[in-house]
Amino acid sequence: MSTREKKIRVLIAKPGLDSHDRGAKIVARALRDAGMEVIYTGLRQTPEQIAETALQEDVDVIGLSILSGAHMTLFPKVMQLLKKKGMTDVKVFAGGIIPEEDIPALKKVGIKEVFGPGTPTTTLIEYVRNSVSK
Amino acid sequence: MTQASDVQRLIKGVFRGDKRAIAKTITIIENNEPEAQKIISLIYPRTGKAHIIGITGPPGAGKSTLVEKLAKELRNRKKTVGIVAVDPTSPFTGGAFLGDRVRMQDLSLDEGVYIRSMATRNHPGGLARATKDAVHVLDASGKDDVIVETVGAGQSEVEIVKVAHTVVVVLAPGLGDDIQAIKAGQMEIGDIFVVNKGDRENADKAVSDIKGALELGSQDKEWKTPVLKTSALTGEGIGEFVETIEKHHSHLKKGALEAQRKATAEIELIEALKQKITQTIIYDLRQKGEWVRATEKISAREIDPYSAADNLLKRKAKTP
Repeated sequence: MSTREKKIRVLIAKPGLDSHDRGAKIVARALRDAGMEVIYTGLRQTPEQIAETALQEDVDVIGLSILSGAHMTLFPKVMQLLKKKGMTDVKVFAGGIIPEEDIPALKKVGIKEVFGPGTPTTTLIEYVRNSVSK
Repeated sequence: MTQASDVQRLIKGVFRGDKRAIAKTITIIENNEPEAQKIISLIYPRTGKAHIIGITGPPGAGKSTLVEKLAKELRNRKKTVGIVAVDPTSPFTGGAFLGDRVRMQDLSLDEGVYIRSMATRNHPGGLARATKDAVHVLDASGKDDVIVETVGAGQSEVEIVKVAHTVVVVLAPGLGDDIQAIKAGQMEIGDIFVVNKGDRENADKAVSDIKGALELGSQDKEWKTPVLKTSALTGEGIGEFVETIEKHHSHLKKGALEAQRKATAEIELIEALKQKITQTIIYDLRQKGEWVRATEKISAREIDPYSAADNLLKRKAKTP
């Protein structure tokens, strides 16, 4: 009889030393406008901070955005920490400047999808919705 | 969805202070899952210990930054801290951008701090429907202090008084003159007023405007509402701010806390009844199709909503 109010909760996080977060904010705004609850933590997050924030906020999805080129170090670290905390049910996608040849290795550590520059926000929204309903 | 044994495990985790258990429990309550009521009933007996501090004030006054500084100072004093930070839900899309954590980054890895961002989900009054129960969860988890940050509030977002023991109204210089300070609503609910951004021009003028307005009213004889100046940026005045909060807590313990508890109990019961009654009645009427018929009549202007509600209630009373 009670009315359930499930919402998709997404953490948009920026690991490492990027100097701007315009892309991350565009993604956050698009997901917000698609009816999701988007938690944004700002620039220069460590993998530890990201994993801990995801845990405390009980998010369904994490979007990692990076421009600095340190993704091969930082992303696996985030994935490892999530695993350690028992959060393997959280879906992780990535965006920013990530060379094509790095994508298979990132998928191997558990990143579900990698979106490059120019990805329409509608693609992202659809991806997040589908990944949660699975 | 969740098994009874899962609920038990979750609750045990909450009592241990396990952050994942706290997070999952708050989600169940926030989403109003079928287990939510059971969980609240198990948690409730363990609540009532934490000091609940409400932080409210207009957008951009520096509430989140001040909350971070406040939490850090409480941690220096060996207190454990829970934070619920509320931001608005879009009335158009139902989405929300929860950005209070941006100002609280230094706290994210502190073992003694748990932070939860919460969207209002269109609940009026400056808090979410689930805020009060999330506070109960953090209280039951053993946190010494629970800080609730409201949405950037206007003049009438005053629901925080129903949740917090100590309400802090945070303002910034240049927001208005002494006339604004006399108005009802927000200006009446502060146990402590803080003029943040004290490093800016006109901060002292803002302090004296607020003090002046408070002196016009009838003040509690036991507690003269302090007006402090802080700078969350430089840390100026934070020590005095925390001491004032603790002083207010001691003041409440002299007797007002008991009265406050009784008033809160009444409010909580009224809210629970409202929710239950409307839910039950609406569910029942929907089943019978009367709901649709009534709304159609109202939209066709054949009847007004109040008379329609009267009719429905009368009929409901006749058929138990």
